[in-house]
Amino acid sequence: MITAERKPLEEIIDYVKPFKRILLLGCNECVTVCAAGGRKEVGLLASGLQMAMLKAGSSIEIREHTLERQCDPEYVEELVPMIDGADAILSMACGCGVQQLAMRFKDKPVFPAVNTKFMGGSQRQGVWDERCQGCGDCLLGITGGICPIARCAKQLMNGPCGGSCDGKCEIGEDVECAWHLIWERLKALGLQDRYLEIMPAKDWRPAGGAGPRKIIREDLAE
Amino acid sequence: MKTDSYLEKVLAAGHLAVTSECGPPRGATAASVQDKAKYLDGVVDAVNITDNQTAMVRMSSFAGSVLVRQQGMHPLLQMVTRDRNRLAMQADILGAYALGINTMLCLSGDHTKFGDHPMAMNVHDIDSIQLIQMVKTMRDEGKFQGGAEIKGAPKMFIGAAANPFADPFELRVMRLAKKIAAGADFIQTQCIFNIEKFERWMEGVRKMGLHKKCYILAGVTPMKSVGAARYMKNRVPGMDVPTELVERMGSVEKEKQPEEGIAICVETIERLKQVEGVAGFHIMAIDWEEKVEEIVKKAGLYPRPQVQ
Repeated sequence: MITAERKPLEEIIDYVKPFKRILLLGCNECVTVCAAGGRKEVGLLASGLQMAMLKAGSSIEIREHTLERQCDPEYVEELVPMIDGADAILSMACGCGVQQLAMRFKDKPVFPAVNTKFMGGSQRQGVWDERCQGCGDCLLGITGGICPIARCAKQLMNGPCGGSCDGKCEIGEDVECAWHLIWERLKALGLQDRYLEIMPAKDWRPAGGAGPRKIIREDLAE
Repeated sequence: MKTDSYLEKVLAAGHLAVTSECGPPRGATAASVQDKAKYLDGVVDAVNITDNQTAMVRMSSFAGSVLVRQQGMHPLLQMVTRDRNRLAMQADILGAYALGINTMLCLSGDHTKFGDHPMAMNVHDIDSIQLIQMVKTMRDEGKFQGGAEIKGAPKMFIGAAANPFADPFELRVMRLAKKIAAGADFIQTQCIFNIEKFERWMEGVRKMGLHKKCYILAGVTPMKSVGAARYMKNRVPGMDVPTELVERMGSVEKEKQPEEGIAICVETIERLKQVEGVAGFHIMAIDWEEKVEEIVKKAGLYPRPQVQ
């Protein structure tokens, strides 16, 4: 999923303080799962903002709403009846949701309330880590199911580098060495010989090197 | 002979080669490179010019190499994949070769986290093994990495690094095998303090016959003080300094510690000479270039051979 973390309240206040009526929008998808921008976080941010504005001697009117998916135009249409009642939109969705709103409501200011972080998985309750960088040409089939692009600090395709120590990366003991993990997996699968194959220089075009990426499914596109 | 590299000639003639390094300054003063290099003139066969070492901005390795070449010495251009993409690296390789630099070392580089620009993006368009492949393709096939023909191919003698002390140990010989398969002609190892572990690594190297496929230069570093020994032991990723050595450095008074560090370095070289497959030494005297001559002489590696 796409992970996110809420921005500091001060930054959000700076965005919204010129406005009187705010439409605060959550999203029911990834940001709900990572507890950054779902219905619950919308409620918490709304009260936090109200209190901060009151303390500062001003007031703000906040309408709360959470869409099924902010990155989907079908759900964004739901907002049409509400949009005239708002001076600005504050979105708690990932960057995809924020942009969907900005494109749909061209004359309405839209601000992000979260920082979109990475594509990751949950390690345990409350902990997520990066697993995929969307390079567009998945290597997991040959690296034992561990991604060196997303998980090696140097994105080495032929690691590990000389800084791997006791299974940890040189950048910090809380980071696992991806190539150590790959090696352990190859051993467990009896595929040690695969390590000796040199992975050639990567073509970064599918990773974004060729410009913004797009998928067109002829069988589905109207 | 694959190239006109002086280092290649020394190694091919069967001499124990000696290289050392010179870290360019954090400023635009040519004299700081020239003064450091002077200490190494006639003392070593090639001088590594580091490339933004420890991820700190310094004068470029390319410029430093040119300055050293102008002094009539043989620079060894270090290149890390951290700071430049494949276009920039190939452009530098062409330029360096055009200016008389024919020996290089292909590295991935320390992470930016350790340097003075931790906010910078790490490039890593390609990794060190792919860089070796790229330089070899440029030399042997006269082609750019993208496939187009090079008009006037650069003939680089290709070096790579190996760290026998990093984990997992069982992978370290295989990783060397990959670097050689990619096209490495010579290897400079991480600083060796744990000789017993290095010998175990070399056993694995010989078992795969890798010492016959490339020249292995054993890396050594003289320690200046017990503080430096402790720092390398505890703080530098991928370094293995045995406790006994730290204690030995600490057992002599402060003024005598530099001398003790040099003695250890010389003893290390003497022991490594006995290891089958060691083709020479890479002496990394960081900001202590003036001591390289003494080490080379005490280790019986002087005078340096003259090869044509």
